[in-house]
Amino acid sequence: MKFGVVVNEGPYTHQASDSAYQFTKEAIAQGHEIIRVFFYHDGVNNGTRLTVPPGDDRHIQNNWSELAKEHNLDMVVCIAAAQRRGILDENEAKRQGKDADNIAEGFRISGLGQLIEAGIQADRLVTFGD
Amino acid sequence: MSEDMEDGGDIKKFMYMNRKAPYGTIYALEALEVVLIGAAFDQDVSLAFVDDGVFQLTKGQDTAGIGIKNFSPAFKALGDYDVTKLYVEKESLEERGLTADDLMDLVYEDEDDDWAEKPSIRLVSRDELKTVLAEQDVIMSF
Amino acid sequence: MSILHTVNKSPFQKNDLTSCLAHANDDDAVLMIEDGVYGAIKGTQAASQIAAAGATVFVLGVDLAARGISEDKVADGVSVVGYDGFVKLAAEHHAVNSWL
Repeated sequence: MKFGVVVNEGPYTHQASDSAYQFTKEAIAQGHEIIRVFFYHDGVNNGTRLTVPPGDDRHIQNNWSELAKEHNLDMVVCIAAAQRRGILDENEAKRQGKDADNIAEGFRISGLGQLIEAGIQADRLVTFGD
Repeated sequence: MSEDMEDGGDIKKFMYMNRKAPYGTIYALEALEVVLIGAAFDQDVSLAFVDDGVFQLTKGQDTAGIGIKNFSPAFKALGDYDVTKLYVEKESLEERGLTADDLMDLVYEDEDDDWAEKPSIRLVSRDELKTVLAEQDVIMSF
Repeated sequence: MSILHTVNKSPFQKNDLTSCLAHANDDDAVLMIEDGVYGAIKGTQAASQIAAAGATVFVLGVDLAARGISEDKVADGVSVVGYDGFVKLAAEHHAVNSWL
């Protein structure tokens, strides 16, 4: 079965991203296909490579990046939500005249249409948020 | 059943369920942004306003004093995007001391009826909404 | 067509569980996750609402364990599942509605 996963909260403050990660891993383990993980609202903050959690804590952003690499996940950060919250890739940084970008490996920035498309193409869309 | 549908083939029933009030958090505004983008995808779209979500539709919103953009006029544009089914739950209104008269006048032009202007807001009971929910293929909750 | 509802807020602070149960049809499932798992504790008002509801109610065991709520505190009629059960419930129902 095809699953789409939506993450609506940032890392650490809410459990949403952790829950989404556990769900995604288990769905893959059961042989389901994850067609997209879409990050919206403060969920876009999962996509910065600049987080430095304490060494004895989980590294949420790295966990997502590694899962994406291992299973070729399509992880999309909503561009409108990302721009509000300062999550930029190289192209966006250039376009907006910013001096740096911060998108983490495995994430890409794209439009809300990617969320709708996930809803259309997936058999199930599962949202994690607050 | 959607399980048997080809990718991008048939039309799915999309429900955007709004349960949060505006301005205190950004969810209501960003939910509306999803609806406006989603309108381009030619799906069968409904919105539900339940619990504090009904506060999104009050008329007379004036945000001048809080420094946040008043996005309630955008609901009036939904009809132009062919988003014409806004289910508002009666019980949620009543529990909050509101009636339909407290809500914005939202309309759409019905192309199947000589472009007659019709109300977009459909007042429904909780039981009626349960039936609508059961028909949906995709539910996005905000 | 049936729905899997997820609830992630404590019923002692927010109305999400109450509202979810009121909107769930009899063939739906409700899964309590994250802080929503506090709704599974027996002898509470939430447990009474669950008992009166038509939908089948589940709770995510790992979120219970994380919060120090042992399974013997879980109300009758609430089934404890893991993430494997969560994924299966999502697959078994036609749509998932997250009560955020």
